[in-house]
Amino acid sequence: MTATTELTSVNPAAQGQPIIRLTNVTKRFGGLTAVSDVSMEIYPGEVVALAGDNGAGKSTLIKMISGVYKPDEGHIYLADREITMASPMEARSLGIETIYQDLALCENLDATVNIFLGREPMKRMFGVFKQVDRRHMLTESKTVLDRLDITIPNLRRPIRQMSGGQRQAVAIARAVYWNAKLVIMDEPTAALGVPEQRKVHELVKTLKSQRVPVIIISHNLQDIFAVADRIIVMRRGQKVGDVMASEVDGDDLVGLMVGAGEA
Amino acid sequence: MSENTRASGQGRSVLDFVGAFWAWIFLLLLVMIFAIANPVFLSPFNLQNILANMAILTIIALGQTFVIISGGIDLSAGWVMGMVSVVAALTINTMPPGAPLWIVLTVALLIGAVAALIAGLVNGLLIARLNVPPFIATLGMFGIARGVAFLLSGGMPIPVRTEGLGRVGNGYLFYFHPTAGWSFLTPPVGLAQADMRQLMGVIPNAVIFMLILLFVAHIVLSRSRFGLHTYAVGGNKEAALRAGIPVSRTLIAVYMTSAMCAAFAGVLYGTRFTNGAANAGEALLLDSIAAVVIGGASLFGGAGSVIGTLIGALIIAVLSNGLVILNINPFWQFIAVGVVIIIAVLIDQARERLIRA
Ligand SMILES: Nc1ncnc2c1ncn2[C@@H]1O[C@H](COP(=O)(O)OP(=O)(O)OP(=O)(O)O)[C@@H](O)[C@H]1O
Ligand SMILES: [Mg+2]
Repeated sequence: MTATTELTSVNPAAQGQPIIRLTNVTKRFGGLTAVSDVSMEIYPGEVVALAGDNGAGKSTLIKMISGVYKPDEGHIYLADREITMASPMEARSLGIETIYQDLALCENLDATVNIFLGREPMKRMFGVFKQVDRRHMLTESKTVLDRLDITIPNLRRPIRQMSGGQRQAVAIARAVYWNAKLVIMDEPTAALGVPEQRKVHELVKTLKSQRVPVIIISHNLQDIFAVADRIIVMRRGQKVGDVMASEVDGDDLVGLMVGAGEA
Repeated sequence: MSENTRASGQGRSVLDFVGAFWAWIFLLLLVMIFAIANPVFLSPFNLQNILANMAILTIIALGQTFVIISGGIDLSAGWVMGMVSVVAALTINTMPPGAPLWIVLTVALLIGAVAALIAGLVNGLLIARLNVPPFIATLGMFGIARGVAFLLSGGMPIPVRTEGLGRVGNGYLFYFHPTAGWSFLTPPVGLAQADMRQLMGVIPNAVIFMLILLFVAHIVLSRSRFGLHTYAVGGNKEAALRAGIPVSRTLIAVYMTSAMCAAFAGVLYGTRFTNGAANAGEALLLDSIAAVVIGGASLFGGAGSVIGTLIGALIIAVLSNGLVILNINPFWQFIAVGVVIIIAVLIDQARERLIRA
């Protein structure tokens, strides 16, 4: 392999309109450019892995898509409409669901509440007082968990008492329940054992089969090759590769990530 | 039917039970010990006394419950309560002498509430918007409310002589007299002074007031969206933010709730002691935190309940009353409450380990 930037190819599955499109996006933290001039497109039903060494800017990049940060430069288009998100809630209302590296769940609350957090269904009590409709949350949670074939022994127990895989599953169920147009996962298998990693891989494939595109950040080559159609590689804030998973092997990827062949 | 409907395992249920209900068991043991040591403890008069005397503490602790669940602490609650009692006393004393009591009280409560809510709002803004740690923000307000209260009162308790005020705070819902029978809210008229001794009050007004606030707080905390958000913010602020919960607004509301409870406590104090005193709530702050913690709340936030806080307040009230009845130096109460708080935290930690194991 020669210059890394030449290692790009076109995704045959990439048809029709991209769900999301980033053009020349840059994000700086003080003097540090965490993401530099990155452009990319994600199409319906594809799983895109975002690979890169520690500090490459992967999390920062997806946080701009999920509304946590505003890009300093560049634009983000959702289905051809430019979006400027002021908050994660706005991104969620646009159908962008993110499962963060540091799981964004309330560990003291149960799975059903976590699935509905921020969008609790309400019902009237005594005709006036509005109360959280816990029964509705329970039945809906069961439905979505069953649909994803996720088993959680007791839905009323706090998340804290669940395994890492179960928590990850709850986070994914939350994304699915709200009809995500795009699901972003930051290191979803980092803290998991092998069987639980498999479960997450299956869930990603389930999402794909429902034509929901997934961006998955991972250090783990096994993860990447198990689920990804396409791989975007970041290094020091820049996009240095955009390749089909079927056309590269692990060594190629590591080379891109650490910049071998340059220097 | 899916596996998601299956009940949890029964394995650790006994330990779980003891862990979850130790405070109830402890309360029961205390009651039994005091009852055996001196049967007077269980007399209806004494039991009503315990409940009436714990009302002010319980009301402060209710506000503290919201704050602690949200992951904070309100050190200013005691002095805000004192400030309200002073403001209320001054307000009542400026009212025309013939004004109906309920109007006098409503106006006092409204003006006291405004004073408290300003303090609560400032606490909330400092903590939610300026990211001042709750300990520091409310410690600042501790000093401010204390200073304002003493400045307004001139350093002395302000007596209130409004007719009938004391009967609101110290009176009963019903009165019973062997010859005159039952009466509602006021003792039977025309009783001779000698007959008064046989008069018995049933259900103190202060207890009614406490129960109403307990009920409202319980419903709000366990059923409302605000209550759920309070737990979420205390459990994981970042997750709450990303889920789209209005974290700042929730925190501000939490500190204003605590201030409002302090206002209720301050006005109740005024009606029980017929004065306003800057230091009315000085001793109650630690006890209020103790009640919440004994009730199963975590100082790290995310856990706690109104029922738990009620049990915590009951334990403190029963301890102090029982020690007096047994003629033990009441200063032992401080030690006893201190020990119980430490036990509460240790049990909580042990449970955590058990659950995670
Ligand atoms: N909020 C922030 N403030 C300042 N610097 C930041 C912030 N977030 C990230 N950075 C910096 O930006 C760079 C990119 O960080 P980012 O978290 O995006 O990397 P990453 O690719 O996700 O790394 P990892 O694989 O370790 O999760 C790093 O140098 C990081 O220190
Ligand atoms: Mg990261």
